[in-house]
Amino acid sequence: MKYDIVVVGGGPAGLAAAIEAKKNGVDNILVIERDRELGGILQQCIHNGFGLHVFKEELTGPEYAEKFITELKNMGIEYKLDTMVLEIGEERVIHAINTVDGFMRIKAGAIILSMGCRERTRGAISIPGSRPAGVFTAGTAQRFVNMEGYMVGKRVVILGSGDIGLIMARRMTLEGAKVLAVAELMPFSGGLTRNIVQCLEDYHIPLYLSHTLMEIKGKDRVEGVVIAEVDKNRKPIPGTEKHYDCDTLLLSVGLIPENEISKNAGIALDPVTSGPIVNESMETSIEGVFACGNVVHVHDLVDFVTAESKRAGKNAAKYIKKEIKADAKTAKTKPGEGIRYIVPHMVRPENVDGTLDLFMRVDNVYKDMNMVVKIDGKEIKRMKKKHLAPGEMESVKIKKEDLGFKEDAVITVQLEKEGA
Amino acid sequence: MYDVAVIGAGIIGTFITRELSKFDLKTVMIDKENDIANGTTKANSAIVHAGYDAKAGTLKGKLNAKGNAMYGKVCEELDVHFKRIGSFVIASNEEEMESVKDLYERGRKNNIPDMKILSQEEVRAMEPNLNEEIIGALYAPTAGIVSPWELAVALAENAADNGAQIKLETEVLGIEKNEEGYVIHTNNGDVKAKYVFNCAGVYAQEINEMVASRSFSIHPRRGQYNILDKSTGDLINHVIFQAPTKLGKGVLVAPTVHGNLLVGPDAEDLEDKENTSTTSDRIEFIREKSRKTTTKVPFNKTITSFAGLRAVSNVGDFIIEESKEAKGFINVAGIESPGLSAAPAIAEYAIDVLKGITGELKERKDFNPRRKPVIRFMELSDEEKSEVIKKDPRYGRIICRCENITEGEIVDAIHRNAGGRTVDGIKRRSRPGMGRCQGGFCGPRVMEILARELKMDIKDVVKDSKEAYILTEETKQNTPEEVVVETLEEIKIS
Repeated sequence: MKYDIVVVGGGPAGLAAAIEAKKNGVDNILVIERDRELGGILQQCIHNGFGLHVFKEELTGPEYAEKFITELKNMGIEYKLDTMVLEIGEERVIHAINTVDGFMRIKAGAIILSMGCRERTRGAISIPGSRPAGVFTAGTAQRFVNMEGYMVGKRVVILGSGDIGLIMARRMTLEGAKVLAVAELMPFSGGLTRNIVQCLEDYHIPLYLSHTLMEIKGKDRVEGVVIAEVDKNRKPIPGTEKHYDCDTLLLSVGLIPENEISKNAGIALDPVTSGPIVNESMETSIEGVFACGNVVHVHDLVDFVTAESKRAGKNAAKYIKKEIKADAKTAKTKPGEGIRYIVPHMVRPENVDGTLDLFMRVDNVYKDMNMVVKIDGKEIKRMKKKHLAPGEMESVKIKKEDLGFKEDAVITVQLEKEGA
Repeated sequence: MYDVAVIGAGIIGTFITRELSKFDLKTVMIDKENDIANGTTKANSAIVHAGYDAKAGTLKGKLNAKGNAMYGKVCEELDVHFKRIGSFVIASNEEEMESVKDLYERGRKNNIPDMKILSQEEVRAMEPNLNEEIIGALYAPTAGIVSPWELAVALAENAADNGAQIKLETEVLGIEKNEEGYVIHTNNGDVKAKYVFNCAGVYAQEINEMVASRSFSIHPRRGQYNILDKSTGDLINHVIFQAPTKLGKGVLVAPTVHGNLLVGPDAEDLEDKENTSTTSDRIEFIREKSRKTTTKVPFNKTITSFAGLRAVSNVGDFIIEESKEAKGFINVAGIESPGLSAAPAIAEYAIDVLKGITGELKERKDFNPRRKPVIRFMELSDEEKSEVIKKDPRYGRIICRCENITEGEIVDAIHRNAGGRTVDGIKRRSRPGMGRCQGGFCGPRVMEILARELKMDIKDVVKDSKEAYILTEETKQNTPEEVVVETLEEIKIS
């Protein structure tokens, strides 16, 4: 089998990338999806709030996905469901399997990686205690409740205040469960402010910031948990323990880009994002292999995923048409004070269309700051920010004409105190 | 009436049952749990020790060396992962070097083959990632790593293939002796047998005391472990022990047969024979201790932590003997480390004890030592993968994304003799959920397959033990009428 572009993953990122590549003149495209349907994790996100940026209306996850699925089908883009990519080998040959075609070797002109992310688990954060049933990641619970039609518990404590955890606090409540508390290790929530309001405050579910889980109790099924307040060094403060009788613990303790295939293919990863190091075209360290969406860095809004993926799709098409200048002069981006990471990691101005969009997350909650962009120390942009939080992704647009620099320049973004 | 009943389906019970199935005997193995290997066997270091550790003249010393030598054959017959990767006992100072030399001498008395004391340079050449302060090590090339529960399941399956019966969820409530032998009262009816093997692990004392007065006691000793992501498995290539000191035995760092990295255990004497909880201070303790071996373990890549219980007796050695008060009742108790390593030899030894009671046993002509090979999809070549899917398309569907486990492997694990009935039972047999997402994606799928294949309601699928239910009820189901009413109300409001 041979395709101009193979997209690995048929979630929102893969769909948008494939559609955009087709719109940019590449016909021979294949989308490979490991699940039974296209749409990815959006299919289990039946709450609304998707699409405010892209469609200017509030959609549910499946509705948002459906718009792209319909467009993909109308454009006649090929896709294979229930198909797993095992390996990306030399010369962009993909090894994949399914029950119909068996073992496949697929030669791709360009590859777009859009495998999404997975949830951190109990083991990853070493929660002590026994190992009973009833400990779920929020996403697994979401799949059971929203797609399979089963409840996973009646009395629930949630650890971590990531968006899926917050959404599930509301969802479990609506299904008749009692959500006793949400405990968050950090002094701020990891989720969107609107989800704190709409999913916790509206249902009187208490959020305990600077709290951690001390123990899980129960031999067969969860029988209770203990949470406690932590000090500045995130060490539990004795005497602050709260005991909860519950049968379920949901974990919403972070998402990790799913890059096992990328790693095995030899693609360079950023230790901070756990995703591939990409350039302005969303191309990875292997030529002709692009990446977009949560496989690159975890986004808070699917609208941002869509925008990023369009860029990847468009550039993969340009790559096929040999319109990308590979040896153009390159700058590196570098997170400065207050910034955890920046995507993309490298910028070749010659390949930038109109504006360069930098995406980043801050490392703490800040009020009244300036976000300052510099190239080799020279300020080119400054924006006032009333409120910044790690849970909300920030972006900066830089005009192409502002990107004039010498070879090996460094673009930094940093936070500065208002008036400093 | 059975000839022999084996109480306990851990590594010792399954090895003995499989050994018994070589003879013309009607054998039953019973266990209170709902799966094979659900006690000590499912949570230990998974090491097949070379055998230099135990004192010469003890059963431990004798059976460890012998058992180690038997591992290759039995794992080959049963198609179980086993790798003879060798072990180091590292020393960081002269005092520890002395204890390394003592171990070497002890090993010579136990006839451990090919041991060698390595210099600092030799250690570094063979294990570049070890702590630079290490000045030497004892090297024992015959040490190995195995998957203990995989082996126990394979033994049970092979024993069942050869006619042995397995009764799970069968808890021994009392044992009565009569002229014919024993009546074992269980929650699952009476089991009658002429001879009984007591392989009940941490509960061996209680079982013994159902037929005899106290001749030994067992207490649980908990050990906690960290398991790291597969990307870390090649940090080291051998099982690395720390030299024993006055302060204790230290922790080990070892790759697992599946390529993960294992760090642990500590040792903590407990009362509660069910307490396999982990604690943050102990996990921190083993992490700290491991730094003596290597400072390079990336603990942020931990995928899970667990604790296991060793069955420690007051005797100080394995107890493998007929009860003095109950004829035909054979205790196989106090099987702490190196119990796993010695297990094949323990089984032979235990059968010899039985032969001592019954006289020679008649061997079965039709005993088949092999079980149907397991297809491990990811271990196949591309061509083999292609062939396997052509024969059975279910091998073309990946259920576990992290470990790339196919539906075919899961269905196979369900339908074999002694097959898996629970989510963790499937995980132990074919590994879905063993990876970095720990079942986050594949859990619901595995449950669906279990329910389908075993024709049960998905709500009845459990994680591990009988009461470990996962789903509570169906979500609210609106009838069409209710939906209409809601819609009308919405219209009125707007």
